[in-house]
Amino acid sequence: MSGGLQFVRSRSVVLRQTNIDTDQIIPARFLSTTERKGLGQHAFNDWRRLADGAPNPEFAFNQPENAGRSILLAGRNFGCGSSREHAPWALTDLGLRAIVSSEIADIFRNNSLKNGLLPVVLDEADVQTLMQRPDDELTIDVAARELRTPDGRAYSFPLDAFARTCLLEGVDELGYLLVRKPDIQAYEARQHAR
Amino acid sequence: MFDKLWDAHVVVPETEAAPAVLYIDLHLIHEVTSPQAFAELRARGLTPARPERTKATMDHSTPTLPPGPDGKLPYNTEAAAIQVDTLARNCAEFGIELFDMGSAHRGIVHVIAPELGFTQPGMTIVCGDSHTSTHGAFGALAFGIGTSEVGHVLATQCLLQRKPKTMSITIDGELDPGVGAKDVILHVIGMIGVNGGTGHVIEYRGSAIRAMDMEQRMTLCNMSIEAGARAGMVAPDEITYAWLAKAPRAPGAGVVNSLEFAQAKARWSQFVTDEGAHFDHQVWIDTRDIRPTLTWGTHPGTAIAVDTPIPAPSDAAARKSLDYMQLEAGHSLLGTSVDVVFVGSCTNGRLSDMRAVARVLRGRKVASHVRMLVVPGSEQVKREAEAEGIDAVVRNAGAEWREPGCSMCIAMNGDLVAPGQLAVSTSNRNFEGRQGPGARTLLASPLTAAWAAVNGHVSDPRIEAARQAAEVSENMRKEVA
Ligand code: SF4
Repeated sequence: MSGGLQFVRSRSVVLRQTNIDTDQIIPARFLSTTERKGLGQHAFNDWRRLADGAPNPEFAFNQPENAGRSILLAGRNFGCGSSREHAPWALTDLGLRAIVSSEIADIFRNNSLKNGLLPVVLDEADVQTLMQRPDDELTIDVAARELRTPDGRAYSFPLDAFARTCLLEGVDELGYLLVRKPDIQAYEARQHAR
Repeated sequence: MFDKLWDAHVVVPETEAAPAVLYIDLHLIHEVTSPQAFAELRARGLTPARPERTKATMDHSTPTLPPGPDGKLPYNTEAAAIQVDTLARNCAEFGIELFDMGSAHRGIVHVIAPELGFTQPGMTIVCGDSHTSTHGAFGALAFGIGTSEVGHVLATQCLLQRKPKTMSITIDGELDPGVGAKDVILHVIGMIGVNGGTGHVIEYRGSAIRAMDMEQRMTLCNMSIEAGARAGMVAPDEITYAWLAKAPRAPGAGVVNSLEFAQAKARWSQFVTDEGAHFDHQVWIDTRDIRPTLTWGTHPGTAIAVDTPIPAPSDAAARKSLDYMQLEAGHSLLGTSVDVVFVGSCTNGRLSDMRAVARVLRGRKVASHVRMLVVPGSEQVKREAEAEGIDAVVRNAGAEWREPGCSMCIAMNGDLVAPGQLAVSTSNRNFEGRQGPGARTLLASPLTAAWAAVNGHVSDPRIEAARQAAEVSENMRKEVA
């Protein structure tokens, strides 16, 4: 887990498609790796290229104006499918720091938070509005749990208190669990006694 | 059932500020989602807290063809071989029991753990794999986790979790012949949608569930994740205990009437659901509404009965789905020509699935334009099926009988559907490219898949069964005359 994340400020990349699953985000044939790094080049592989292997000019991540953008606005139910953490690894490797959608699948959301990728869930109508203006620089404020637009609108989004602390302070869950070791050992002793 | 199980595993209770610390009884790992977790452990100078509670196997990247003349396994890439090798080295270093290539119990992780009896009622079970929900069939709370969490469980045997909401899906009545658990779960996902279960643990209840054997219950729970649910569960009963009584690594080690088993059974039976238990959401389904079901689109929520027309696309996503699938709205899937049939996976790669397919294939041939792959879910399934002669039936029909593994379900090991080809598959995901780039997948039951292979096109197993019965009585009539 990287250091603290307080704000994400960026224009956005738009993928309107609903139910974008983890097999689209990172196809299974790229999972034969023992590393976390370098998966960005395979993100959305099958949408990125045409049948002959050339880059698909229609695809959002191939468009030069989208280079360097760190917010993804996506259709409903983003990240459904498998538990592969390779999905957020690939997206952060692409430079993304936040995913905005009206619904984000459970395991993907969990995995994202562990990798400093912020899941932002807003109402579908609001996501649609934001999708109209991808060139606006959005500000996502983790502490305030708020996404703000340049014209002064603010949308609040749910973020678990613990996840928020972890993001802001760069605390990692494993460190937190390791401190609970005495509680865990006491639990095991109780179970054993039964 | 869920509440009792949850409460029994809370090490530190949940507060507004932090999730609960939840104890994990059983941790399963495989080669694809574990290497980075072991690397993290090493980087921090940690070792597994309870290595005896972790069990490992290799299934995703492994070949389903036997070793070549040089005695080497035909891995499709160097990276796959390295991944498998990395798991073996990690297990050896940290003292984790591994069902390695060559082990008589290796197989798809969600097939072997129940087979061996590691999966038991009242347990918390996790694995870096979304279909961990399969184990819920035994009345366990079982769910998929990411690689970071695999590291958490290795290091502490615990996870940080917020308590999920609960949903009950009650299915009452008897299933028609030709309709099985796969049709039931496809019907459920078609009804509640791919996000219908998000944030929930589903408990399946009702007379249709009580009548199901363990393998059917596993098929059902397996695909709970395709409805977005955190987990799926069925309360344990005599059918569950009968399975465990025979499992070699369950309490009592498969010895009938042992004291150890009796004690375990008493413990397990605390986890049945109380009358009037509370659920956040409830769904009721009548089995009379469930027919053989397949998917037409690129997610499992696009499930329809075999004789129902494909619905007109309601949005851009549905249009894109239909385009990709090269199917037309307004027609049913019946009669759609098929290129590939895949039987296998953690959804339908068990003995009863192999038997269902063999009943159709016996004395018949796979249509000449169809490639059919039958892949047992584990070495044990393979052994038992071969003891019944199922391998010969499959081969004689012109289909391929393979070594156990995930195979074409995820197409990581080189078993794939060619671009543009249409496959009827008993696996669980029909996402674009899941079975290979450009592959088109219809999800279906083993029976529907087998009939598609024989006829060369999508068929209704109920009609086929009726036709068969008519032929038999016609032949008998002729013989008598
Ligand atoms: S059979 Fe398919 S779904 Fe099951 S564990 Fe293997 S890849 Fe995953």
